Amino acid sequence: MPGVAKGTARASALSKKQDVLAERLAAMTLPEGGVWATERRKDALARLQAMGLPAPRDEYWRFTRPQLLNAPAPERAAVFHADEAPIFDEIDRLRIVFVDGVFAPEESDDLALEGVEIERLAEAATKDIHWAKELYGVLETRGQDPVERPHAALNTAFATDGLLIRVTGKVTKPVHVTYRHESETSDAYLHNLLKLEAGAELTLLENGPAAARFNKVLEVEVGDGARFHHVRAQGRDHERQAFTAMFARLGAESLFKSFTLTANGRMTRNECVIEMTGDDASAHVAGAALGHGDFHHDDTVFITHDAERCESRQVFKKVLRKGAVGTFQGKILVKRGAQKTDGYQKSQSLLLDDTANFLAKPELEIYADDVACSHGSTSGAIDEDMLFYLRARGVDKDTAMDLLVLAFVAEAMEEIEDEGLAQAMTERLDGWLQRRRGA
Amino acid sequence: MLKINNLHVQLEEEDKQILKGVDLEVPAGEVHAIMGPNGSGKSTLSYVLSGKDGYEVTEGSATLEGQDLLSLEAEERAAAGLFLAFQYPVEIPGVGNMTFLRTAVNAQRKARGQDEMSASDFLKFVRAKAKDLKIDAEMLKRPVNVGFSGGEKKRNEILQMAMLEPKMCILDETDSGLDVDAMKLVSDGVNALRDGKRAFLVITHYQRLLDHIQPDAVHIMANGRIIKSGGPELALEVEHNGYADILAETA
Ligand SMILES: Nc1ncnc2c1ncn2[C@@H]1O[C@H](COP(=O)(O)OP(=O)(O)O)[C@@H](O)[C@H]1O
Ligand SMILES: [Mg+2]
Repeated sequence: MPGVAKGTARASALSKKQDVLAERLAAMTLPEGGVWATERRKDALARLQAMGLPAPRDEYWRFTRPQLLNAPAPERAAVFHADEAPIFDEIDRLRIVFVDGVFAPEESDDLALEGVEIERLAEAATKDIHWAKELYGVLETRGQDPVERPHAALNTAFATDGLLIRVTGKVTKPVHVTYRHESETSDAYLHNLLKLEAGAELTLLENGPAAARFNKVLEVEVGDGARFHHVRAQGRDHERQAFTAMFARLGAESLFKSFTLTANGRMTRNECVIEMTGDDASAHVAGAALGHGDFHHDDTVFITHDAERCESRQVFKKVLRKGAVGTFQGKILVKRGAQKTDGYQKSQSLLLDDTANFLAKPELEIYADDVACSHGSTSGAIDEDMLFYLRARGVDKDTAMDLLVLAFVAEAMEEIEDEGLAQAMTERLDGWLQRRRGA
Repeated sequence: MLKINNLHVQLEEEDKQILKGVDLEVPAGEVHAIMGPNGSGKSTLSYVLSGKDGYEVTEGSATLEGQDLLSLEAEERAAAGLFLAFQYPVEIPGVGNMTFLRTAVNAQRKARGQDEMSASDFLKFVRAKAKDLKIDAEMLKRPVNVGFSGGEKKRNEILQMAMLEPKMCILDETDSGLDVDAMKLVSDGVNALRDGKRAFLVITHYQRLLDHIQPDAVHIMANGRIIKSGGPELALEVEHNGYADILAETA
């Protein structure tokens, strides 16, 4: 019977995925933690074991080969020594540093800031952080349905450290987490938890390549009327591998805005799962990715509208050259009753030569009748007419090309609300372009 | 100033000859007009002179003050003093008009060995020039030509011309689609740049523009050649009788 044959094939595919997981877990042990953390970790491990790790045949991994992220150990990744000034340096902020996934107290500010409670996951064993136990792994678990995200469960189970941040008021300055990479073989797991109470506001800045391989999860609960801004620059190390996932749940009239700049990186998969559960909320996820050569960058976004009059925007731009690959999978799910949803999704790539490649799968799934959703995905080269127009005004070819690349990325950059932060990102991008002149 | 000699041009992509031996000379300080039916090669001439890709020069030459234009990159021609006001100015989303103008001005200053203009000097400069053309701050802030009306685009071309202070200006149908007021602004802009040395090549279909900008000579282009040249009266003849007579007499 074909049904049985199919069932058997599925069972064997699953058992293969579980074998891959078993290999990964062979040398790993669950980190020590308090009762609540241990419970969560065990739960995540059980969920993970039921799923196994992704297989190349999985629909969700059609564009991105999971092997580098699955393998028991990371591939060696050389540490890149940047000549640029440290990012966000001119901004008054609370700085927290992790080196290869290990907290660096001597480089970090005191974890104290008005309107915020900051703890470390590694200290969860000794502290009863009641709000964290209601959140840790909870949004991640919700995000596993309808699509499995095994690496995120792996993170919840094995994250050795991370920040537990609860925001109760309007915070005077951003929290800035730097993830430094110093070891060529480090395999780091960090799990950050953020809870913005009703009406609270926080800007989170993140930067750095973190490790040879980095698995990072961020869970964010944005309370009613709360506002969360997130700007991240994933470091420039060429050989690093990264899986990151953001899980957010948005309350009524809340705002979630996240922007990521990715320059270089052999493998980056950035997942973002947002659930809009309160009316009139707004979620913006944007990214700019710059790849040259051995570069694979994957944005995978899933936004669920489960309340009325919510707005979501996805704006992703990728600049690719010399064999670089960019992928995008973005879905807007509008549940029954989520009337007046305004969903917008745009993913575009600028291919600077014909060896670069962009793969996109935009999806809309809509069960409400009064909604406005749009999506668009394009792939193109530099516009020759624009290039000529600039050159005819005396702008040399390299400068004109850079100007057009910046223009292409501008729509994503505009998603950064703060001008200083937007400027910092633009400078990074500009630096990246200038270094590639004539290459 | 501009000397074009027996210029033959075909498309790079297909075997199609567009310019079939253009001869033209515009001396310093003069305004010459080119008129001619649609498709005769006027825009192609302006593109080839300013260095657009996609054309192949198979014969002939073009020089600006004795310098071979055809061997230069587009940006080098601009730095040498050539300016083309486009028939269809290009929209560039994501690049602010002000950024564009500043980049262009500074690129040319740099190419000519001058210092870049300071931000505040540039601002004063652009504001003064923009005011003459009734270009407001809003238009300077918007992305280049995006959402501009036809008239605004053409005024923006003249603004660029005024700021870059070229030696040789080619205006390709800058009058098309302009209402009477915009026509006046544009011609005033051009006339303000007439200083006895700067030369102009004005491509147009209408006498209207030439009422404002008095040409020293008028050339008729058809089928890839200049078929007739004369004084301002030639434009009036075209205005009254169209091209039929001229085409017939030169056929
Ligand atoms: N890139 C091109 N591809 C195909 N045909 C072209 C191209 N550029 C110009 N032509 C053709 O060359 C001729 C001259 O065009 P153009 O220079 O625009 O004329 P004008 O400006 O005098 O109206 C026309 O027949 C036009 O279709
Ligand atoms: Mg034309």
